[in-house]
Amino acid sequence: MAETRVPVVDDAAAADRADGLCDAALAGDRRALARLLTAVENRSSIAEPALRRLYPLAGRAQLVGITGPPGAGKSTLVAALIAELRRAGRPVAVVAVDPSSPITGGAVLGDRVRMQAYASDDGVFIRSMASRGHAGGLSSATTAAAAVFDAAGFDIVLIETVGTGQSEVEVAATADTTVVVEAPEMGDEIQAIKAGLLEVADIIVVNKGDRPGAHRTAGQLHAMLADTPREARPGRPVPKHPEVLVTTAATGDGVTELLAAIDRHRSVAHSTEGDSARLKRAESQVWSVLVDRLHERVRALEDDQTERVAGDPRTEAERFEGRPRAAGQLLRSVAAHDLDPYAAADAILTELMPDARAPGGRIRAG
Amino acid sequence: MMRVMTDRPLKVLIAKPGLDGHDRGAKVLARGLRDEGFEVVYTGLRQTPEMIVTAALQEDVDVVGLSILSGAHMTLLPRICSLLRERGMDDVLVTAGGIIPDDDVPALKECGVAAVFGPGTTIAQVADFLRANTRPRD
Repeated sequence: MAETRVPVVDDAAAADRADGLCDAALAGDRRALARLLTAVENRSSIAEPALRRLYPLAGRAQLVGITGPPGAGKSTLVAALIAELRRAGRPVAVVAVDPSSPITGGAVLGDRVRMQAYASDDGVFIRSMASRGHAGGLSSATTAAAAVFDAAGFDIVLIETVGTGQSEVEVAATADTTVVVEAPEMGDEIQAIKAGLLEVADIIVVNKGDRPGAHRTAGQLHAMLADTPREARPGRPVPKHPEVLVTTAATGDGVTELLAAIDRHRSVAHSTEGDSARLKRAESQVWSVLVDRLHERVRALEDDQTERVAGDPRTEAERFEGRPRAAGQLLRSVAAHDLDPYAAADAILTELMPDARAPGGRIRAG
Repeated sequence: MMRVMTDRPLKVLIAKPGLDGHDRGAKVLARGLRDEGFEVVYTGLRQTPEMIVTAALQEDVDVVGLSILSGAHMTLLPRICSLLRERGMDDVLVTAGGIIPDDDVPALKECGVAAVFGPGTTIAQVADFLRANTRPRD
């Protein structure tokens, strides 16, 4: 078995560059801030030292998730919220996520089209991100990007998800306040009581309020979601009781009221209810780092020749050739159904952590 | 054909400076570059040089692709190039497309436009040029 190796990176140089960028970004250098966001998004070698430096400075901003189906008006509503926040002199950062192509990896990031009016306003920073294969409506770097904005002193970070369907609820675990945007005629009362996206809303907005049916839709949502009895029973999760608002983002109607509702929710987010949300978020952040670390360790079991480099024209199958038993042979055995995936995973875990024993002692020789 | 994928997609801003009446070409290019594996930020019609440069800075793009049909390229493109330099983005590749007379190309290259793609250019030609000419960054 090959000796466990981690990829060779110049840690000291990366830490120095991260420090330089952090110093500049914290002093207000927007280019440095943009570079930090890129590092975080690309998981470059400076991302980790930068995030470790910035993490203690974050935790003050209100992260507001804006989600809902494609075309409901999320970007227009974000633009209207930016206008409202700037009228009050409040700085605002935006992370706008659009989907990556599952076929080519490319993406068209078009959320900025509605938010371009703030070119010379240093109190607004908008960053588009492609989802890069991450399901759930966000990209895997969204939480980290929000933390960078938070540390840089933005008091409110709007996180616009990709257009979502019924069940992309990840944003609720990332944001302090989740706003679900619907268009009029989004469905009947049965749609309103289905499980999923509407359940995680702290605020529901029926946008395009000038269209017929907007107020009826809001009434149905209110009756089904906000008016239900709220009794805390021991051991049972308490359902959320979202405020239901009507806005017309294109004209700004109702946006003042929406911002007021977001501000009201901020105090909830900083209460005990918010504590458990923050614990959940911390848990998912630690888990995601753990999983990354594990990936790194498993990849380090590869041969030199199979190390992936940028521009490597070989296919995945070709890259698997020559991997030591821990990866290549095990994968081939699983592909041939000679070995089940559980046994393969246990074998890799045993290789990485010889002292660890799988639950139930299911480790057996491959 | 085997497609060579880098680990990190290149990020391109497609922007339309000035008062063009439509952006069909820019949208076709945005979609084409998407299919070539680029991450394309599109900002819409009627952008000022300041809007374009701010978007390029915040998005930290590798490439700024400027599409212009109106004839104002000799005013707007040099202004964008100098704003990019002013804000420290001299490592960003700038290209142009649309309706730009051949006679104007040398002057545009002089001020920092790396290539001018006229009508008839294929998406593949643009994509290959961008891949070959962006600067490696981290």
